[in-house]
Amino acid sequence: MTNALSKLLETRDWLLADGATGTNLFNMGLMSGDAPEMWNIDETSKITALYKGAVDAGSDVFLTNSFGANASRLRLHGAESRVHELNKAAAEIARDVADAAGRPVVVAGSVGPTGEIMSPMGTLTHERAVEMFHEQAEGLKAGGADVLWVETISAAEEFKAAAEAFALADMPWCGTMSFDTAGRTMMGHTSADMVKLVGKITHQPLAFGANCGVGASDLLRTVLGMAAAGSTLPLIAKGNAGIPKYHDGHIHYDGTPELMADYAVLARACGATIIGGCCGTTPEHLRAMRDALETRPVGDTPTLEQITEALGGFSSESDGTDGAGPAAAPRRGRRRKA
Amino acid sequence: MSDEEDDIILSELSDEDLVAQMFDDLYDGLKEEIEEAVNILIERGWEPYRVLTEALVGGMTIVGHDFRDGILFVPEVLLAANAMKGGMAILKPLLIATGAPRVGKMVIGTVKGDIHDIGKNLVSMMMEGAGFEVVDLGINNAVENYLEAIETEEPDILGMSALLTTTMPYMKVVIDTMVEKGIRDDYIVLVGGAPLNEEFGKAIGADAYCRDAAVAVETAKTFVARKHNQGAGAA
Repeated sequence: MTNALSKLLETRDWLLADGATGTNLFNMGLMSGDAPEMWNIDETSKITALYKGAVDAGSDVFLTNSFGANASRLRLHGAESRVHELNKAAAEIARDVADAAGRPVVVAGSVGPTGEIMSPMGTLTHERAVEMFHEQAEGLKAGGADVLWVETISAAEEFKAAAEAFALADMPWCGTMSFDTAGRTMMGHTSADMVKLVGKITHQPLAFGANCGVGASDLLRTVLGMAAAGSTLPLIAKGNAGIPKYHDGHIHYDGTPELMADYAVLARACGATIIGGCCGTTPEHLRAMRDALETRPVGDTPTLEQITEALGGFSSESDGTDGAGPAAAPRRGRRRKA
Repeated sequence: MSDEEDDIILSELSDEDLVAQMFDDLYDGLKEEIEEAVNILIERGWEPYRVLTEALVGGMTIVGHDFRDGILFVPEVLLAANAMKGGMAILKPLLIATGAPRVGKMVIGTVKGDIHDIGKNLVSMMMEGAGFEVVDLGINNAVENYLEAIETEEPDILGMSALLTTTMPYMKVVIDTMVEKGIRDDYIVLVGGAPLNEEFGKAIGADAYCRDAAVAVETAKTFVARKHNQGAGAA
């Protein structure tokens, strides 16, 4: 493999990814309800500043401002015909920032969920999902992204569709899911399920893991679950900087840089190789994380108790991997058709 | 166990067993079975409102609890809600014809810039399952959409959903506009969406944050009951 991320992974024990996109763009004046991707064309200096914020704080990998740049989501803003343009622009600005960094920095083309439910439960077909992801992937590739990075996914079908699209675009990729519902994804997948899912994918990712979700504690429990399930690929941890609070007209996540520094070191001890933040993570947080990863020793794998002591409690008692989850209501026991 | 697939003839069950069976069938998302059972109960002379509350609402309550407790997840709840809707389609005209009491009415929509409607749809369906009338505005709603809808529909509750860091603050825009127009307190405002929390809901001026669809139903019931009591007290 000759891509930039694989090369970095060969020479380093850990990599620092980036932090938030939405939170940081808000701080630059993005209005709620507007599509952040429009700024890839209309406010390029702000997008440069967003990327530089992460790179200057020490990120080895950062994601492009293209999370919502698929046809399904851009339709809201009447911009479904601009998928290629907006993704290409997101990657081009990123390419310039990465190339000017003076050290190897990887541009990861962010691909978010379509927001639709896939068939048979919903209306989005596998073919259409692959088509939309492929369209986005080609735009990011054309703009110079080193790898593609699908994130915040909750359905296995959607993850598979993205992988298939990335194979069509002939691009290396990473993927993360969001475990925000009792330690599982919204669709009910556990961390162990994701390891199995990734194992079955033909076009293997370079790394996979978890992003967003609830708080930093939950995210680390998910990473522990993935490591325990015997994954051989590098794991990704991109947790939120605490939980969102509303102060004087804007959103503020309550996780401090100190807490995220502890989180970063613990994430590495849990088995994560690519460590970053998600919502609420500013360059200030990233700097503290970088400093901690460079100066603190690699610890032993923490217990769940040690994680909660350092970062706070979990959102649910079980994450579905320990067989100790809540029990279903008693049933009459009856035939199932089908 | 496939050996246990002894087919049950719904029409041969007693009322009590049939309702219990409906709870299981809702749980398993068996739409045809629910439709058949609703028709059987109506034929046996049950009031449509009783079918709704005892069979459908009762069954969906179990689904809601297991969803809240992390036992069922979105796919299972969608199936259950789909089965419930099958039953509701039969009951709706009968409920109107018989002048059945209404639990309450809700206008709901995902805010401007946000496409996500999975959670919002679940709330819609669970609220209907709990006997509420629901007007769903869909996704990407600007403040004007909400204002127009609450004026025409005169609901008890306004529900807003947002799933992105970039769209959550828009809920405050809507609430602030309602305050400006002096109509904020005419409605119960409930908000939801994965990134939100209780404190956030309070800070933007909503009556409550609802963690999931099951909690939304419970919260809506509590607030509507309180509102009715206040109304009765004032009258």
